Amino acid sequence: MGLFTTPSNKKGYRKVNIIVLLKQVPSTESFIEIADDGVSIKTDDIKMVINPYDEFAVEEAIRLKEANGGSVTILSVGREKTIESIRTALAMGADSGVLIQDSAAEGCDSLGIARILAAALKDIPFDLIIAGQRAVDDDNFQVAVAVAEYLKIPDVSMVIKAEITNGKIRCSRTVEGGIVMLEAPLPALFTTQRGLNEPRYASLPGIMKAKKKPLDIKTLADIGLDAEKAGKPMTRITAMKYPPEREGGTIIEGESAQAKAAALVKILHEESKVI
Amino acid sequence: MSQQCVLAIAEQSDAAFRKITYEVLSEGRRIADSIGCPLTVVVLGAGEDISKELGEYGADRILVADNQDLREYVNDAYTNVIADIIDKENPCVVILGASTQGKELSARIAARINAPLAMDCVAVQVENGNLVVTRPMYGGKILADVALDGNPQIAAIRPNSMSIVKAAGAGLVEKLDVDVGKTDITFIEKKMETGKVELTEADVIVSGGRGIGGSDFSVIEELADLLAGAVGASRSAVDEGWRPISDQVGQTGKVVSPNLYIACGISGAIQHFAGMSSSKVIVAINKDPDAPIFSKADYGIVGDLFEIVPLIIDEIKRLK
Repeated sequence: MGLFTTPSNKKGYRKVNIIVLLKQVPSTESFIEIADDGVSIKTDDIKMVINPYDEFAVEEAIRLKEANGGSVTILSVGREKTIESIRTALAMGADSGVLIQDSAAEGCDSLGIARILAAALKDIPFDLIIAGQRAVDDDNFQVAVAVAEYLKIPDVSMVIKAEITNGKIRCSRTVEGGIVMLEAPLPALFTTQRGLNEPRYASLPGIMKAKKKPLDIKTLADIGLDAEKAGKPMTRITAMKYPPEREGGTIIEGESAQAKAAALVKILHEESKVI
Repeated sequence: MSQQCVLAIAEQSDAAFRKITYEVLSEGRRIADSIGCPLTVVVLGAGEDISKELGEYGADRILVADNQDLREYVNDAYTNVIADIIDKENPCVVILGASTQGKELSARIAARINAPLAMDCVAVQVENGNLVVTRPMYGGKILADVALDGNPQIAAIRPNSMSIVKAAGAGLVEKLDVDVGKTDITFIEKKMETGKVELTEADVIVSGGRGIGGSDFSVIEELADLLAGAVGASRSAVDEGWRPISDQVGQTGKVVSPNLYIACGISGAIQHFAGMSSSKVIVAINKDPDAPIFSKADYGIVGDLFEIVPLIIDEIKRLK
């Protein structure tokens, strides 16, 4: 681990070897149903896709590689099915993939997954890690930041612009009501925000090429971990429920648009007391 | 060993507390009372003068580190300082806001000190001395109860979902000398939009969608201004380039829970609901009587938003 020194390319920039942390999640159009155990969801009929924020990460990694030279490696913890999402990222232009597939990983919480990813990165040289700010299934916002902590590298979250110069990365990060610009030395990690880029679609030649790109499948033992070292989960889902169903309410009728507007304002003011 | 406390982390920007600070303190006080322990709050990068008032929101001790290097939030400096304070104060619970700052900070602290963290909590209970929180998953399509096990236990609470309650705390201010330690990240600059109400903190949001038909959101802006609210947008309005991405409400945008959400010309895709379904009152204005938004809105008006919204503006002005 540490700063991987690769020769400069023709333009004199240092090449960047980039890792993208990728998770496969239910597509955001999915209707989510609670499974019979009451603490997980039914996944049988759900379309699984690359987490949308990780898609921005794949795109940004490819763009940085195109500008600076280097490589893009996709790293994921997942199941057999996750291979499809890794192949999609390879078809977009990433160079290789690593999937950690182990039933012991399935009981991990965010910190456990972060330890697995950090352990997998011990043997892969990198200058930069890019990840989604959150996965849109658990919405935990934790794994990527924890990976940075375990690797003892700086991280910047929710980035809409990233530039590499002289071994440093300068990131524009979105905050409430504005944008903050920060700079960190490489190796570093940043997480994506919508607005960073518009991910490309995989081209047909890209899809053909992806089939031949290296994709390693590893167990926890292969990366020198076991379930115990990944850590006992400290957070546990005890129940899942649906949010209170919003009933279709009242359609406000009236003889004119004027009457409808007046009726609405009266209700909001006198009954709901929200204006 | 000294008695454990609930440790709340205040959030300031330009030496003023953000609204989330009061929500964190109010919820922290409630948790401290259920455990039967004191509430300590940490203020980084701001002065004792503004910190005193936190006693009125239930803080027993107010630890102030008015260090120049902490004026602006930078995650490595803040993590170093807060991890040191946690080590010294030995809290049983750490509570902070799940703001952009708190999300990053809490995740880094949890990994540093190996503590369980629940993100974006909308409810927090104490059961047998441990936290059990409720938090949305799958973009709000599911609410999960999550039990935490560890010491301390960290809860990052979702902005705008806890009520602010005044409560008398001892309010003792203590000045801290802190060491920011080894840091890699340099703060360069910030660009803030002045006078804009932040979507995640707004009490009222007026949102526009495809039905606006262009980048002229003046009618939406006028209604939002009148109600001291914020302007939101659907994904299609953002994708069309009519509004900045920072205005997007939805599963891949901001999740909001205002008192009043007025959706204008928004049909109501499932991803949009995920971002606003916890609003207290939802109003929909849409030309299409079959728009899915009407099945979720408390009140709907079928009609042309460009006719209806100005009339609503006139009616509200009449109230004032």
